[in-house]
Amino acid sequence: MDAPSQRRGSILPAIAGLGHRVNDALQRLGFATRFFFVLLRHSGQSFRRLHLTIREIYFSGFQSLLIIMVSGLFIGMVLGMQGYETLQRYGSADALGILVALSLVRELGPVVAALLFASRAGSSITAEIGLMKATEQLTAMDMMAVNPIARVVAPRFWGGVISMPLLAALFSATGVFGGYLIGVIFIGVDEGAFWSQMQASVDFRHDIWSGIVKSFVFGIAVSLIAVFEGYDAQPTAEGVSSSIKGTVVKSALAILALDFVLTSFMLREA
Amino acid sequence: MSRKLLDLWVGFFVALGLAAVLFLALKVGNLSAANFSDTYSLTAKFVNIGGLKVRAPVKSAGVVVGRVAEVRFDPETYEAVVSFTIDARYRFPKDTFALILTAGLLGEQYIGLDPGGDEKMLQNGDTIAKTQSAVVLEKLISQFMFNKASEGQSDK
Repeated sequence: MDAPSQRRGSILPAIAGLGHRVNDALQRLGFATRFFFVLLRHSGQSFRRLHLTIREIYFSGFQSLLIIMVSGLFIGMVLGMQGYETLQRYGSADALGILVALSLVRELGPVVAALLFASRAGSSITAEIGLMKATEQLTAMDMMAVNPIARVVAPRFWGGVISMPLLAALFSATGVFGGYLIGVIFIGVDEGAFWSQMQASVDFRHDIWSGIVKSFVFGIAVSLIAVFEGYDAQPTAEGVSSSIKGTVVKSALAILALDFVLTSFMLREA
Repeated sequence: MSRKLLDLWVGFFVALGLAAVLFLALKVGNLSAANFSDTYSLTAKFVNIGGLKVRAPVKSAGVVVGRVAEVRFDPETYEAVVSFTIDARYRFPKDTFALILTAGLLGEQYIGLDPGGDEKMLQNGDTIAKTQSAVVLEKLISQFMFNKASEGQSDK
C-alpha cells in the first residue's frame, strides 16, 4: 500500500466514527424528548391508580431518608466547624448561623441531596426498569394491552419528582441542626445570636423558596434521566450495567449544570 | 408489604418533609416576622445612600417597622430616591426625620426614623422632607485629615 491511501484509511474511519457518535447522541436526545412527552401524556392515566406512585414514593423517597438525614447532619457539622474556624479570625463567630443556613438552603441542600438521590434512588430505578426490559416484562405488558409507560415508568418518575424537594428540605433542616450541634453545643457560640442572625438574613422567598424550586427542577432531571436510561437500556446484563453508570454520571452532570444556570437566574432576580 | 402499611410510611415521609419546610420557613427564615400584611409606602430623598440595599430594614427606636422597597436615582436632582413600606399599624408625624444608619461598625445599613412633633401624620405616598445621608468612611477620614493638617498649620 502506498502512503496516501494508508492515510486515508486511518482518517476516514475516524471521521466516520465521530459522525456516527454525534448522530447517535442526537438521536438519543430526540428519543428522550419524545419519551418525556409520551410520559407526560400517560401520567394522567397512571395518577388514576395513585397507589402505584405512592409505592414509588416509598421506595425512592422514604428509603432514602436515612442516607439523606445522616449526610445532612454530617455536612452541617462540618460547616459548623469550618465556618467557626474562619469566622472567629474576624471576630464574627456569631454569624455562624447565617453561614450554615445560607449555604445549606441555597446550594448544598438541593445539590447534595440530588446527587445522593441520583445514586441511591435513580440508579435503582434504572436497574429495575432495565432488568424488566432485559427479561421482556415490558414487552409482555404491551402484549397484555397494559401500557408500560403508564404502568411502570410514569409512577417512578412522579415518585422521584415528589420525593426530591421533601428530601432536600430535610437535608437542609438536619444540616442546620448539625451546625447548631457543633456551633452552639460543642464550641459555645451564643445560641441567641446563632438563631437571630440566621433569621435576620435568611429570606423565605429569595433563599428558601429558590432552594425548593431548585430541588424540584433537579428532581425532574434526575427522575427523567433514571427512567429514560432504564427504558432505553440494551437488554443485556452489560447494557443494564452501563445504563446504571449512565444514570449516575449524567444525573450528576445535569444537576451541576442546571444548578449553575438556576443560580445565575436567581441571583440576578434578587 | 400491605397497602395500608405502605401508605403509613409514605404519609410519615411526606409529613416529615413538610415539617422540614416549615422548620426552614419559621425557624431558619424570617417568614414569621418579616411579612407585614398591611403596609403603606413612603419615599425619601438622600444625597448619598452609602450601601443601602433593597429589603434593608426601616427602624424606629431600634424596632423594625418596615422594609426598603426600591432604590432609584433621580437624574434631575442627582439624588437617590428611596421608597419603603411601613407597617400600617405604625403612624409617623409629618416632620419625621429619616437617617441612614449602620448597624455596628461594618454592619449592614438601614433607615432610621426619628419622629417629630407634628400633629398631622404621613400618608401613603408621602415624601419625607428631612433626611440625613449615610456616613461615608472615606469622607470622614479625609475631613479628619484636613482638620489635623490645618491644626498643624495654625500651631506654627
